[in-house]
Amino acid sequence: MKANSPGERLYNGIIKENPTFVLVLGMCPTLAVTTAAINGIGMGLTTTVVLALSNLFISLLRNVIPDKVRMPAYIVIVASFVTMVQLLLQGFIPALYDALGIYIPLIVVNCIILGRAESYASKNGPVSSIFDGIGMGLGFTLSITILAAFRELIGAGTVFGFQVMPSAYEPATIFILAPGAFFVLAFLAAIRAKLQDKRPKEEQKPVHCMEGGCASCGNEGCSGKFYDNTVKK
Amino acid sequence: MKELLIIAVGAAVVNNVVLSQFLGLCPFFGVSKKIETAAGMGGAVIFVITLSSLVTSLIYQFLLTPLNMEYMQTIVFILVIAALVQFVEMFLKKSMPALYESLGVYLPLITTNCAVLGVAVINVQKSYNVLQGTVNGFATALGFTISIVLMAGLREKMEYNDVPKYFQGFPMVLLTAGLMAIAFFGFSGII
Repeated sequence: MKANSPGERLYNGIIKENPTFVLVLGMCPTLAVTTAAINGIGMGLTTTVVLALSNLFISLLRNVIPDKVRMPAYIVIVASFVTMVQLLLQGFIPALYDALGIYIPLIVVNCIILGRAESYASKNGPVSSIFDGIGMGLGFTLSITILAAFRELIGAGTVFGFQVMPSAYEPATIFILAPGAFFVLAFLAAIRAKLQDKRPKEEQKPVHCMEGGCASCGNEGCSGKFYDNTVKK
Repeated sequence: MKELLIIAVGAAVVNNVVLSQFLGLCPFFGVSKKIETAAGMGGAVIFVITLSSLVTSLIYQFLLTPLNMEYMQTIVFILVIAALVQFVEMFLKKSMPALYESLGVYLPLITTNCAVLGVAVINVQKSYNVLQGTVNGFATALGFTISIVLMAGLREKMEYNDVPKYFQGFPMVLLTAGLMAIAFFGFSGII
Protein backbone atom coordinates (compact mmCIF):
# COMPACT_ATOMS: atom_id res chain seq x y z
CA MET A 1 0.00 0.00 0.00
CA LYS A 2 1.17 3.53 -0.76
CA ALA A 3 2.52 5.39 2.23
CA ASN A 4 0.10 7.97 3.69
CA SER A 5 -2.83 6.78 1.57
CA PRO A 6 -6.11 6.51 3.50
CA GLY A 7 -6.02 2.70 3.43
CA GLU A 8 -2.44 2.54 4.65
CA ARG A 9 -3.25 4.97 7.50
CA LEU A 10 -6.23 2.85 8.61
CA TYR A 11 -4.13 -0.34 8.53
CA ASN A 12 -1.35 1.42 10.43
CA GLY A 13 -3.68 2.62 13.19
CA ILE A 14 -5.72 -0.54 13.60
CA ILE A 15 -3.01 -3.20 13.27
CA LYS A 16 0.58 -2.09 12.81
CA GLU A 17 0.77 0.67 15.42
CA ASN A 18 -2.29 -0.23 17.44
CA PRO A 19 -2.27 2.39 20.22
CA THR A 20 -3.24 0.02 23.02
CA PHE A 21 -1.53 -3.27 22.19
CA VAL A 22 1.56 -2.07 20.29
CA LEU A 23 2.31 1.48 21.49
CA VAL A 24 0.76 1.03 24.98
CA LEU A 25 -0.67 4.55 25.11
CA GLY A 26 -3.74 5.93 26.81
CA MET A 27 -3.75 3.51 29.71
CA CYS A 28 -5.99 5.55 32.03
CA PRO A 29 -9.17 5.21 29.96
CA THR A 30 -8.16 1.71 28.86
CA LEU A 31 -8.23 0.46 32.43
CA ALA A 32 -11.02 2.67 33.72
CA VAL A 33 -13.87 2.28 31.26
CA THR A 34 -13.46 -1.34 30.16
CA THR A 35 -15.93 -2.66 32.71
CA ALA A 36 -18.58 -3.37 30.07
CA ALA A 37 -18.24 -3.80 26.31
CA ILE A 38 -20.72 -1.01 25.59
CA ASN A 39 -18.64 1.48 27.61
CA GLY A 40 -15.52 0.39 25.76
CA ILE A 41 -17.09 1.00 22.36
CA GLY A 42 -18.57 4.32 23.55
CA MET A 43 -15.26 5.60 24.87
CA GLY A 44 -13.46 4.35 21.76
CA LEU A 45 -15.79 6.06 19.32
CA THR A 46 -15.81 9.29 21.34
CA THR A 47 -12.02 9.33 21.26
CA THR A 48 -12.06 8.53 17.53
CA VAL A 49 -14.24 11.54 16.77
CA VAL A 50 -12.00 13.86 18.81
CA LEU A 51 -8.86 12.36 17.31
CA ALA A 52 -10.02 12.64 13.69
CA LEU A 53 -11.30 16.21 14.05
CA SER A 54 -8.32 17.50 16.02
CA ASN A 55 -5.92 15.83 13.56
CA LEU A 56 -7.76 17.52 10.68
CA PHE A 57 -7.64 20.96 12.28
CA ILE A 58 -4.06 20.69 13.45
CA SER A 59 -3.04 19.60 9.99
CA LEU A 60 -4.89 22.52 8.39
CA LEU A 61 -3.34 24.98 10.85
CA ARG A 62 0.13 23.43 10.85
CA ASN A 63 1.69 26.27 8.87
CA VAL A 64 -0.07 28.97 10.88
CA ILE A 65 0.72 27.86 14.45
CA PRO A 66 4.12 29.18 15.57
CA ASP A 67 6.43 26.39 16.62
CA LYS A 68 7.04 27.75 20.12
CA VAL A 69 3.41 27.70 21.20
CA ARG A 70 2.34 24.60 19.32
CA MET A 71 1.64 22.41 22.36
CA PRO A 72 -0.72 24.90 24.07
CA ALA A 73 -2.36 25.48 20.68
CA TYR A 74 -2.88 21.74 20.15
CA ILE A 75 -4.30 21.44 23.65
CA VAL A 76 -6.81 24.22 23.02
CA ILE A 77 -7.91 22.55 19.77
CA VAL A 78 -8.26 19.13 21.42
CA ALA A 79 -10.02 20.57 24.48
CA SER A 80 -12.52 22.41 22.26
CA PHE A 81 -13.48 19.23 20.45
CA VAL A 82 -13.69 17.33 23.73
CA THR A 83 -16.06 19.98 25.09
CA MET A 84 -18.25 19.76 21.98
CA VAL A 85 -18.38 15.97 22.11
CA GLN A 86 -19.09 16.10 25.84
CA LEU A 87 -22.07 18.44 25.36
CA LEU A 88 -23.40 16.32 22.48
CA LEU A 89 -23.17 13.14 24.55
CA GLN A 90 -24.84 14.84 27.50
CA GLY A 91 -27.68 15.92 25.24
CA PHE A 92 -28.22 12.87 23.10
CA ILE A 93 -26.77 9.80 24.87
CA PRO A 94 -27.09 10.65 28.59
CA ALA A 95 -26.71 6.99 29.63
CA LEU A 96 -23.24 6.79 28.07
CA TYR A 97 -22.39 10.24 29.43
CA ASP A 98 -23.13 9.02 32.95
CA ALA A 99 -21.27 5.74 32.47
CA LEU A 100 -18.08 7.43 31.24
CA GLY A 101 -18.22 10.24 33.80
CA ILE A 102 -15.00 12.16 34.34
CA TYR A 103 -13.18 10.14 31.70
CA ILE A 104 -14.80 12.23 28.95
CA PRO A 105 -13.07 15.52 29.89
CA LEU A 106 -9.92 13.49 30.51
CA ILE A 107 -9.76 12.61 26.80
CA VAL A 108 -7.84 15.91 26.57
CA VAL A 109 -4.85 14.42 28.34
CA ASN A 110 -5.01 11.12 26.47
CA CYS A 111 -1.49 10.58 25.15
CA ILE A 112 -2.76 9.10 21.89
CA ILE A 113 -4.30 12.39 20.79
CA LEU A 114 -1.42 14.76 21.55
CA GLY A 115 0.97 12.09 20.36
CA ARG A 116 -0.67 11.89 16.93
CA ALA A 117 -0.92 15.67 16.73
CA GLU A 118 2.78 16.03 17.36
CA SER A 119 4.09 13.07 15.42
CA TYR A 120 1.72 12.97 12.44
CA ALA A 121 -0.82 15.75 11.95
CA SER A 122 1.70 18.56 12.38
CA LYS A 123 3.76 17.17 9.51
CA ASN A 124 1.22 15.85 7.02
CA GLY A 125 -1.69 16.99 4.88
CA PRO A 126 -5.31 17.13 6.06
CA VAL A 127 -6.62 14.09 4.17
CA SER A 128 -4.02 11.63 5.40
CA SER A 129 -4.18 13.21 8.89
CA ILE A 130 -7.91 12.67 9.20
CA PHE A 131 -7.50 9.04 8.12
CA ASP A 132 -4.61 8.67 10.54
CA GLY A 133 -6.93 9.87 13.29
CA ILE A 134 -9.72 7.53 12.23
CA GLY A 135 -7.32 4.59 11.99
CA MET A 136 -5.75 5.22 15.40
CA GLY A 137 -9.18 5.83 16.90
CA LEU A 138 -10.61 2.62 15.48
CA GLY A 139 -7.54 0.70 16.66
CA PHE A 140 -8.12 2.10 20.14
CA THR A 141 -11.85 1.33 19.95
CA LEU A 142 -11.24 -2.23 18.77
CA SER A 143 -8.72 -3.05 21.46
CA ILE A 144 -10.59 -1.53 24.40
CA THR A 145 -13.83 -3.16 23.22
CA ILE A 146 -12.11 -6.55 23.13
CA LEU A 147 -10.71 -5.96 26.62
CA ALA A 148 -14.07 -4.77 27.91
CA ALA A 149 -15.95 -7.70 26.37
CA PHE A 150 -13.50 -10.11 27.99
CA ARG A 151 -13.85 -8.46 31.40
CA GLU A 152 -17.62 -8.34 31.10
CA LEU A 153 -17.76 -12.01 30.04
CA ILE A 154 -15.74 -13.24 33.02
CA GLY A 155 -16.98 -10.66 35.51
CA ALA A 156 -20.69 -10.63 34.74
CA GLY A 157 -21.26 -13.52 32.33
CA THR A 158 -22.59 -11.18 29.63
CA VAL A 159 -21.29 -9.45 26.49
CA PHE A 160 -22.95 -6.16 25.44
CA GLY A 161 -25.53 -6.95 28.10
CA PHE A 162 -26.57 -10.29 26.57
CA GLN A 163 -26.25 -13.40 28.72
CA VAL A 164 -23.52 -15.55 27.17
CA MET A 165 -22.38 -17.83 29.96
CA PRO A 166 -24.76 -20.61 31.11
CA SER A 167 -26.86 -19.53 34.07
CA ALA A 168 -24.94 -21.93 36.34
CA TYR A 169 -21.80 -19.79 35.82
CA GLU A 170 -20.91 -17.84 38.94
CA PRO A 171 -19.49 -14.49 37.69
CA ALA A 172 -16.07 -13.56 39.06
CA THR A 173 -17.12 -10.02 39.98
CA ILE A 174 -13.53 -9.00 40.70
CA PHE A 175 -12.94 -8.78 36.94
CA ILE A 176 -15.28 -5.84 36.52
CA LEU A 177 -13.89 -4.16 39.62
CA ALA A 178 -10.63 -2.20 39.71
CA PRO A 179 -8.21 -5.10 40.42
CA GLY A 180 -9.56 -7.07 37.44
CA ALA A 181 -8.42 -4.30 35.11
CA PHE A 182 -4.83 -4.64 36.33
CA PHE A 183 -4.91 -8.45 36.14
CA VAL A 184 -6.27 -8.57 32.58
CA LEU A 185 -3.71 -6.02 31.41
CA ALA A 186 -0.91 -7.90 33.20
CA PHE A 187 -1.65 -11.08 31.26
CA LEU A 188 -1.98 -9.10 28.06
CA ALA A 189 1.42 -7.49 28.64
CA ALA A 190 2.96 -10.90 29.34
CA ILE A 191 1.51 -12.30 26.09
CA ARG A 192 2.84 -9.24 24.28
CA ALA A 193 6.32 -9.84 25.73
CA LYS A 194 6.17 -13.48 24.59
CA LEU A 195 5.09 -12.56 21.05
CA GLN A 196 7.76 -9.90 20.79
CA ASP A 197 10.40 -12.32 21.92
CA LYS A 198 9.66 -14.57 18.93
CA ARG A 199 10.17 -11.83 16.38
CA PRO A 200 13.63 -11.11 15.00
CA LYS A 201 15.50 -8.50 17.03
CA GLU A 202 15.39 -5.60 14.62
CA GLU A 203 11.61 -5.77 14.34
CA GLN A 204 11.12 -5.28 18.06
CA LYS A 205 9.69 -1.94 18.92
CA PRO A 206 11.25 -0.26 21.95
CA VAL A 207 8.33 2.15 22.24
CA HIS A 208 6.77 1.00 25.47
CA CYS A 209 5.88 4.19 27.21
CA MET A 210 4.74 2.80 30.54
CA GLU A 211 7.94 0.98 31.42
CA GLY A 212 10.37 3.84 31.21
CA GLY A 213 7.95 6.45 32.47
CA CYS A 214 6.54 9.27 30.46
CA ALA A 215 9.79 11.20 30.21
CA SER A 216 11.65 8.54 28.30
CA CYS A 217 8.72 7.96 26.01
CA GLY A 218 9.55 8.66 22.38
CA ASN A 219 6.13 10.13 21.94
CA GLU A 220 6.59 13.86 22.44
CA GLY A 221 2.99 14.51 23.38
CA CYS A 222 3.50 12.45 26.54
CA SER A 223 6.96 13.42 27.57
CA GLY A 224 6.25 16.79 29.13
CA LYS A 225 8.01 18.55 26.25
CA PHE A 226 4.86 20.60 26.48
CA TYR A 227 6.38 23.50 28.17
CA ASP A 228 10.02 23.11 27.30
CA ASN A 229 9.07 24.34 23.90
CA THR A 230 7.04 27.20 25.18
CA VAL A 231 9.73 28.63 27.45
CA LYS A 232 12.79 28.36 25.26
CA LYS A 233 13.61 31.54 23.46
CA MET B 1 -14.58 19.82 60.06
CA LYS B 2 -16.08 16.33 60.14
CA GLU B 3 -17.22 16.76 56.56
CA LEU B 4 -13.70 17.77 55.46
CA LEU B 5 -12.27 14.72 57.21
CA ILE B 6 -14.71 12.45 55.36
CA ILE B 7 -13.72 14.03 52.05
CA ALA B 8 -10.03 13.62 52.90
CA VAL B 9 -10.21 9.98 53.97
CA GLY B 10 -12.46 9.16 51.03
CA ALA B 11 -10.10 10.71 48.52
CA ALA B 12 -6.86 9.41 50.07
CA VAL B 13 -7.61 5.75 50.67
CA VAL B 14 -11.18 4.67 49.93
CA ASN B 15 -11.34 5.97 46.36
CA ASN B 16 -7.58 5.90 45.86
CA VAL B 17 -6.75 7.90 42.78
CA VAL B 18 -4.48 5.28 41.23
CA LEU B 19 -5.85 1.98 42.45
CA SER B 20 -9.55 2.60 42.07
CA GLN B 21 -9.87 5.57 39.71
CA PHE B 22 -6.96 4.77 37.38
CA LEU B 23 -5.68 8.33 37.21
CA GLY B 24 -1.96 9.06 37.12
CA LEU B 25 -0.99 5.57 36.02
CA CYS B 26 1.90 6.79 33.92
CA PRO B 27 4.09 8.10 36.77
CA PHE B 28 2.76 5.32 39.02
CA PHE B 29 4.36 2.72 36.76
CA GLY B 30 7.20 4.84 35.43
CA VAL B 31 8.69 6.38 38.58
CA SER B 32 8.12 3.57 41.09
CA LYS B 33 11.42 1.70 40.84
CA LYS B 34 12.99 3.22 43.96
CA ILE B 35 11.46 4.49 47.19
CA GLU B 36 13.37 7.80 47.15
CA THR B 37 12.32 8.77 43.64
CA ALA B 38 8.76 7.63 44.32
CA ALA B 39 8.63 9.82 47.41
CA GLY B 40 10.07 12.75 45.45
CA MET B 41 7.43 12.31 42.77
CA GLY B 42 4.78 12.06 45.49
CA GLY B 43 5.96 15.32 47.04
CA ALA B 44 5.85 17.11 43.71
CA VAL B 45 2.37 15.75 42.99
CA ILE B 46 1.05 16.85 46.42
CA PHE B 47 2.42 20.33 45.81
CA VAL B 48 1.04 20.71 42.30
CA ILE B 49 -2.37 19.09 42.83
CA THR B 50 -3.10 21.04 46.03
CA LEU B 51 -2.18 24.29 44.32
CA SER B 52 -4.01 23.48 41.09
CA SER B 53 -7.21 22.42 42.86
CA LEU B 54 -7.15 25.66 44.83
CA VAL B 55 -6.66 27.72 41.68
CA THR B 56 -9.18 25.82 39.53
CA SER B 57 -11.80 25.96 42.31
CA LEU B 58 -11.31 29.71 42.62
CA ILE B 59 -11.56 30.20 38.86
CA TYR B 60 -14.65 28.03 38.60
CA GLN B 61 -16.49 29.72 41.46
CA PHE B 62 -15.55 33.32 40.92
CA LEU B 63 -15.02 33.52 37.18
CA LEU B 64 -16.81 30.80 35.23
CA THR B 65 -19.97 30.52 37.34
CA PRO B 66 -20.77 34.27 37.49
CA LEU B 67 -20.17 34.54 33.74
CA ASN B 68 -22.29 31.44 32.97
CA MET B 69 -19.37 29.84 31.19
CA GLU B 70 -19.25 26.51 33.02
CA TYR B 71 -19.08 24.72 29.70
CA MET B 72 -15.60 26.16 29.17
CA GLN B 73 -14.24 24.27 32.17
CA THR B 74 -12.21 21.63 30.33
CA ILE B 75 -10.37 24.16 28.16
CA VAL B 76 -9.79 26.62 31.00
CA PHE B 77 -8.65 23.97 33.48
CA ILE B 78 -6.10 22.32 31.22
CA LEU B 79 -4.58 25.65 30.22
CA VAL B 80 -4.47 26.86 33.82
CA ILE B 81 -2.84 23.62 34.95
CA ALA B 82 -0.23 23.71 32.19
CA ALA B 83 0.58 27.34 32.89
CA LEU B 84 0.63 26.74 36.63
CA VAL B 85 3.09 23.85 36.43
CA GLN B 86 5.34 25.92 34.24
CA PHE B 87 5.09 28.89 36.59
CA VAL B 88 5.81 26.72 39.64
CA GLU B 89 8.87 25.32 37.93
CA MET B 90 10.24 28.77 37.07
CA PHE B 91 9.43 30.12 40.53
CA LEU B 92 11.14 27.24 42.34
CA LYS B 93 14.18 27.47 40.09
CA LYS B 94 14.64 31.16 40.89
CA SER B 95 13.70 31.41 44.54
CA MET B 96 14.04 27.96 46.12
CA PRO B 97 16.87 26.16 44.38
CA ALA B 98 17.10 23.51 47.11
CA LEU B 99 13.46 22.48 46.69
CA TYR B 100 13.83 22.71 42.93
CA GLU B 101 16.76 20.29 43.09
CA SER B 102 14.60 17.69 44.79
CA LEU B 103 11.29 18.22 42.95
CA GLY B 104 12.39 19.81 39.68
CA VAL B 105 12.96 16.66 37.67
CA TYR B 106 9.46 15.44 38.39
CA LEU B 107 7.65 18.65 37.54
CA PRO B 108 7.65 18.23 33.74
CA LEU B 109 6.06 14.81 34.18
CA ILE B 110 3.12 16.23 36.06
CA THR B 111 1.37 18.21 33.32
CA THR B 112 0.47 15.01 31.54
CA ASN B 113 -0.57 13.39 34.80
CA CYS B 114 -4.28 13.00 34.26
CA ALA B 115 -4.86 13.06 38.03
CA VAL B 116 -4.34 16.84 38.07
CA LEU B 117 -7.12 17.54 35.58
CA GLY B 118 -9.12 14.67 37.09
CA VAL B 119 -9.20 16.27 40.54
CA ALA B 120 -10.25 19.63 39.10
CA VAL B 121 -13.14 17.96 37.25
CA ILE B 122 -14.17 15.89 40.29
CA ASN B 123 -14.28 19.06 42.43
CA VAL B 124 -16.72 20.58 39.96
CA GLN B 125 -18.84 17.45 39.62
CA LYS B 126 -19.22 17.04 43.36
CA SER B 127 -19.82 20.82 43.66
CA TYR B 128 -17.19 21.26 46.36
CA ASN B 129 -16.50 24.81 47.55
CA VAL B 130 -12.97 26.21 47.47
CA LEU B 131 -11.94 24.80 50.86
CA GLN B 132 -13.46 21.37 50.20
CA GLY B 133 -11.89 21.31 46.75
CA THR B 134 -8.44 22.12 48.10
CA VAL B 135 -8.75 19.48 50.82
CA ASN B 136 -9.93 16.97 48.23
CA GLY B 137 -6.94 17.84 46.03
CA PHE B 138 -4.45 17.49 48.85
CA ALA B 139 -5.93 14.18 50.01
CA THR B 140 -6.07 12.77 46.49
CA ALA B 141 -2.40 13.60 46.01
CA LEU B 142 -1.61 12.09 49.40
CA GLY B 143 -3.37 8.91 48.27
CA PHE B 144 -1.23 8.94 45.14
CA THR B 145 1.92 9.30 47.26
CA ILE B 146 0.89 6.47 49.58
CA SER B 147 0.29 4.09 46.71
CA ILE B 148 3.41 5.02 44.69
CA VAL B 149 5.69 4.69 47.76
CA LEU B 150 4.12 1.32 48.67
CA MET B 151 4.54 0.18 45.09
CA ALA B 152 8.20 1.27 45.07
CA GLY B 153 8.82 -0.64 48.30
CA LEU B 154 7.30 -3.78 46.80
CA ARG B 155 9.27 -3.38 43.60
CA GLU B 156 12.54 -3.04 45.51
CA LYS B 157 11.83 -6.36 47.22
CA MET B 158 10.70 -8.00 44.00
CA GLU B 159 14.12 -7.38 42.45
CA TYR B 160 15.33 -10.47 44.30
CA ASN B 161 12.39 -12.68 43.38
CA ASP B 162 12.34 -15.33 40.72
CA VAL B 163 9.71 -14.06 38.30
CA PRO B 164 8.72 -16.07 35.18
CA LYS B 165 10.52 -14.69 32.14
CA TYR B 166 7.61 -13.07 30.33
CA PHE B 167 6.18 -11.62 33.51
CA GLN B 168 9.34 -9.69 34.34
CA GLY B 169 8.97 -5.93 34.41
CA PHE B 170 5.69 -4.35 33.40
CA PRO B 171 3.33 -7.39 33.71
CA MET B 172 4.57 -8.12 37.24
CA VAL B 173 4.07 -4.47 38.23
CA LEU B 174 0.49 -4.65 36.93
CA LEU B 175 -0.19 -7.84 38.90
CA THR B 176 1.20 -6.15 42.03
CA ALA B 177 -1.03 -3.14 41.40
CA GLY B 178 -4.02 -5.50 41.12
CA LEU B 179 -3.22 -7.10 44.47
CA MET B 180 -2.76 -3.66 46.03
CA ALA B 181 -6.14 -2.62 44.65
CA ILE B 182 -7.71 -5.64 46.37
CA ALA B 183 -5.99 -4.68 49.63
CA PHE B 184 -7.32 -1.12 49.31
CA PHE B 185 -10.87 -2.51 49.09
CA GLY B 186 -10.40 -3.13 52.80
CA PHE B 187 -10.73 0.61 53.39
CA SER B 188 -14.15 0.81 51.78
CA GLY B 189 -15.90 0.15 55.10
CA ILE B 190 -14.43 3.27 56.73
CA ILE B 191 -16.96 5.77 55.44
